[in-house]
Amino acid sequence: MMELPRYHRLRGAYYRLEGSACPSCERRFFPPRPVCPSCKAQGLRTFAFSGRGTLYSFSRVLQPPRGFASMAPYDVGMVRLEEGPLVSAQLADTEGVDLSIGMPVEMVTRKIRDSEEHGYIVYGYKFRPLLRPGRAGGP
Amino acid sequence: MRDVSIIGVGQTAVAEHWDRSIRDLSVEAVAAARQDAGVDRVDVLFVGNMLSGELAGQENLATLVADACGLLPIEAVKIEAACASGGAALRAACLAVGSGAHDYALVLGVEKMTDHLTDGVTSALALAADADYEAAHGISFAALNALLMRRYMHEHRVRHEDFAPFSVNAHRNAARNPRAMYRTPITADDFVGSPLVADPINILDSAGICDGAAALLVAPSSEARRARRPPVRVTASACATDTLGLAERRDPLVWQAVADSARMAYQQAKLKPKDVDFFEVHDAFTIVSVLTLEACGFADRGSALKLAAEGRIALEGDIPIGTMGGLKGRGHPVGASGAYQLVECVLQIRGEAGEAQVKGASIGMAQSVGGSGSVAVTHILQA
Repeated sequence: MMELPRYHRLRGAYYRLEGSACPSCERRFFPPRPVCPSCKAQGLRTFAFSGRGTLYSFSRVLQPPRGFASMAPYDVGMVRLEEGPLVSAQLADTEGVDLSIGMPVEMVTRKIRDSEEHGYIVYGYKFRPLLRPGRAGGP
Repeated sequence: MRDVSIIGVGQTAVAEHWDRSIRDLSVEAVAAARQDAGVDRVDVLFVGNMLSGELAGQENLATLVADACGLLPIEAVKIEAACASGGAALRAACLAVGSGAHDYALVLGVEKMTDHLTDGVTSALALAADADYEAAHGISFAALNALLMRRYMHEHRVRHEDFAPFSVNAHRNAARNPRAMYRTPITADDFVGSPLVADPINILDSAGICDGAAALLVAPSSEARRARRPPVRVTASACATDTLGLAERRDPLVWQAVADSARMAYQQAKLKPKDVDFFEVHDAFTIVSVLTLEACGFADRGSALKLAAEGRIALEGDIPIGTMGGLKGRGHPVGASGAYQLVECVLQIRGEAGEAQVKGASIGMAQSVGGSGSVAVTHILQA
């Protein structure tokens, strides 16, 4: 279940991959954090990640939790973003692709779970294999 | 702090208890522990439990247990630290008795999981992960561990089948424990052929869904002679935490909370890993055993599989683990597992582990881990 107010609060992270950056030590975090775990500074600013990275690990989920049955089996992974942090997410467009650790991936916005009781659809980030690494990030 | 001992233990069989409620299981384990101690007095009750609200529709659980056991009006609270709840409950008791606030503290670990279908339990277990950034993305608990296992296999150039000795050992030990759920020995071939849950993790990598309750009565060591059975001293009790989200660690294959709680425990007990006679490890998945053995100093990074392959984790090895089946073989009623580990430690140290007895067991370590290594509670018990 993804409650509507909660979904609304998460829109920056889910749609734009917004995390946070520490004003004093310049470390960057995803998901966003209120306090820098490294230098303990507060008042971290919003930082939008590029969405480009490489696959750190991956798995195919065959026994899904409630709310994901229509998508199973589906692939999930941990992605090392080019700005540093790791992020856990579902993988998209993996059919016919031999996933491997280290392969380049990019963020896409997709439906991330079964439709909710009241009919709304939860969208968020997923990562897909970059088919043409030379063209990462647009023209 | 006063010196603290465990003076009585009790447990139900771990099983799918279709005809028994969380109340029934709790009452049985508590009665068994009190009878074992032969001491009537209880001043406070700490109930270790993770999912009673989600899976049994019951919070305010400690009041229910105190009431059902006829212990009103004593102080009673639930202690929740995901799958480490059972260990955390003993730690609460050690603090209460050690500080002098209470003399006789009852610890219960209980979980009732089997009223629900697998998808409901899978969702419930994911509550230990980050709700917004892991669970909401369909990354199940098994999947988080699968991500770790795949990465471990990649970094250390090992195969999935190399993890088989952990499950084979757990089932072999469980076969000697009449309270265990999975008493059928398995082979490495069974392990390899088991159906996948979250690739590469399969059913035989994973501890099963089940019900159970285990209880311990804790008292100041100075009063422990009043008990019927030989007291077992708690010489270390330590808890540490790490990031809730697995991806937020500097290196997800280094389980820092596990390492920190073990290091604090060794310091308190003035021991080194090699002094430990047996280790009740939190083997919810085979990869957890591996990362834990490495974090606790029993194996160097990347070498825990070798420890298992050489048979050193068996009952007759130099560091027996999961001596009565562990989470994999005995079963993993999540919030109760930490209490089961501690009950088993006490039985080993008292020399009452039956066919599963580790010869000369006098120093035992039990470690309860919650989330994907995000909270760890380590205890060392000694004769």
